[in-house]
Amino acid sequence: MGNSAPSQNSLVSVRNLSFSRGDNKIFDDISLDIERGKITAIMGPSGTGKTTLLKLIGGQLFPEQGSITVDGQNVHQLRRRDLFNLRKRMGMLFQSGALLTDMSVYDNVAFPLREHTHLPESMIRTLVLMKLQAVGLRGARELMPNELSGGMARRIALARAIALDPMMIMYDEPFTGQDPISMGALVHLIKSLNNILGLTSIIVSHDVHDTSAIADYIYVLSGGKIVGQGTPKEIQQSKSEWVQQFMTGAPDGPVHFHYPAKDYVDDLLSSGKRY
Amino acid sequence: MIQFLQYLGKSTRTSFTKLGRGTYFLLQIISGILSVIPRPRLLLNQMYSIGVLSFLIITTSGLFVGMVLGLQGYYTLSDFGAEETLGVMVAASLVRELGPVVTALLFAGRAGSALTAEIGLMKATEQLSGMEMMAVDPIKRIISPRFLAGFLSMPLLAALFSAVGIIGGQLIGSGLLGVDEGAYWSQMQANLDFQDDIINGVIKSIVFGFVTSWIALFEGYDTIPTSEGVSRATTRTVVNSAFSILGLDFILTTLMFGDD
Amino acid sequence: MQHTSTQDTLVGLFVASGIVGLFFLALQVSNLSSFVEEDSYTITARFENSGGLKIKSPVSASGVKIGKVSNISFDPDTYQSVVQMSIYSKYNTLPDDTTASIFTAGLLGEQYVNLEPGGSDIFLQNGGKVEITQSAIILEKAIGQFLFKSAEEKK
Repeated sequence: MGNSAPSQNSLVSVRNLSFSRGDNKIFDDISLDIERGKITAIMGPSGTGKTTLLKLIGGQLFPEQGSITVDGQNVHQLRRRDLFNLRKRMGMLFQSGALLTDMSVYDNVAFPLREHTHLPESMIRTLVLMKLQAVGLRGARELMPNELSGGMARRIALARAIALDPMMIMYDEPFTGQDPISMGALVHLIKSLNNILGLTSIIVSHDVHDTSAIADYIYVLSGGKIVGQGTPKEIQQSKSEWVQQFMTGAPDGPVHFHYPAKDYVDDLLSSGKRY
Repeated sequence: MIQFLQYLGKSTRTSFTKLGRGTYFLLQIISGILSVIPRPRLLLNQMYSIGVLSFLIITTSGLFVGMVLGLQGYYTLSDFGAEETLGVMVAASLVRELGPVVTALLFAGRAGSALTAEIGLMKATEQLSGMEMMAVDPIKRIISPRFLAGFLSMPLLAALFSAVGIIGGQLIGSGLLGVDEGAYWSQMQANLDFQDDIINGVIKSIVFGFVTSWIALFEGYDTIPTSEGVSRATTRTVVNSAFSILGLDFILTTLMFGDD
Repeated sequence: MQHTSTQDTLVGLFVASGIVGLFFLALQVSNLSSFVEEDSYTITARFENSGGLKIKSPVSASGVKIGKVSNISFDPDTYQSVVQMSIYSKYNTLPDDTTASIFTAGLLGEQYVNLEPGGSDIFLQNGGKVEITQSAIILEKAIGQFLFKSAEEKK
């Protein structure tokens, strides 16, 4: 890895990125590339800052070191106006959906169109219905966000994310807390949107099974480093103990089951302390 | 002792950084107001939820405060045989002090806390972040219209409070206690000055509207995005607004009515 | 957004009622007419002592307000108080031998200037002077004189 030049075909390239929150180093000099038109998964246990990485790519957070380039533009050196223009071409699907709760489903999907275009209302209607049809929820247009199930909210948010026909979509934990049916629907949607619309997708997830089913390439993060990368097949056959533990979900391994603590017997015998 | 000094130093530092963030936020809000002007719909919706929905509580409170003033004022003034000046007393206390101050306190409790909770929950549910990722500036789209609505609603609400209160005082004073109605109004008109009393009262309520909306929106925007964080921020809005309103009222009163 | 038009109507009503409230305060509660300057002319009077008279104190004749005090200054040469009064132009028939006195409304009320018209045919013009004046009664002074007098009578 190291300082290799971004390959011709990469849409997003992260170079020597470091980022920390307080004393907690979240990324320590990582570099990765997201290829155009592919589904790239970034995996790792909870708390490894996967969402932070998406926010860094979207320019909501600033790195301490290193750079992030999206479609040839260095995200953190752009002026605000250019950054906003770049963001119009990036969709992001938040874990909660992040639908605007004071608007109906229809208005939520119409929101980016109304904010960024001067299209007449009739054309907006056509576009909104098309996007809702794509996620299979055209019939739910009059509902309010609080009337939607978690899976439906995520699909609506997806319809909103593709409203401006972006070049890429970032999915933040799209499979968490989904029942098998809506999970299946989402997996199918991500895959088909990627193929039909020619999108580039970045999926951040800790769900091994479903993510490796649709991803073209996987990066595995842990402790601020990339500990493994490759196609799903390569990852599954990885020799790294850590990656093996993560992929198979073994309770103990390089990542210990117990949070660091002092010796168990000593701790039990030292009475008198409250904790 | 050292611990106390450390605590003092730390809280000074945090309150200064908060003040800094708050000021920067205010500048952003104000520069965002320009983009509200071409979109009156955003402002109208907020005028509804901030102004119209506070209308009832403000007018009812105004009526009762005015009636109590009429009652209490009458008992005190009639001891000196000066019940004819009841109108002056009721109107001066309402227009100069109670109108702006009580309205602002009620506003902070009714609309301010709602604003904080709304913005705080939008932050907690990633709506603000989501908006940013859709290349929509949440300050311009969400915060500035609310600020403008609060800022514009306050003087109107305070004027309503005072007007309703003066009528309430008259209902009690001349309706129930027999103060001459003509004296009630004419004494009031002779002794209240448009510039000194009415305009200064309006200036006060404009200042309170500005400060209360700013505090409410900032606390919401700066909240820790958890349910506990939102609840604390809501409490802080009410407490900090009340302190600021009363403190500023003292300062403004000294400046306005001091040299008289 | 549902019911947008109802909302708009309510917002309109709210703003309208707020403005009505402001107008009510301006016109009914305070005397806005004293803010909007009426046409007036100025006369001055010199008093030995103008007591508690203030700017904006009323000027009245036969109990009717006909103007207000616009300025009070001290003349360092004559050691007198110079009171300038704005009299509404419609009351332009004050004779030049009018007497000006400073009275108190009630025992503890505010002080005002009372004009007592004389019998002259010449009327006061803008910048005219009221020659005959009677100073404010200073309560402490009056009581002092009274006590002094009664002490003298006892001798």
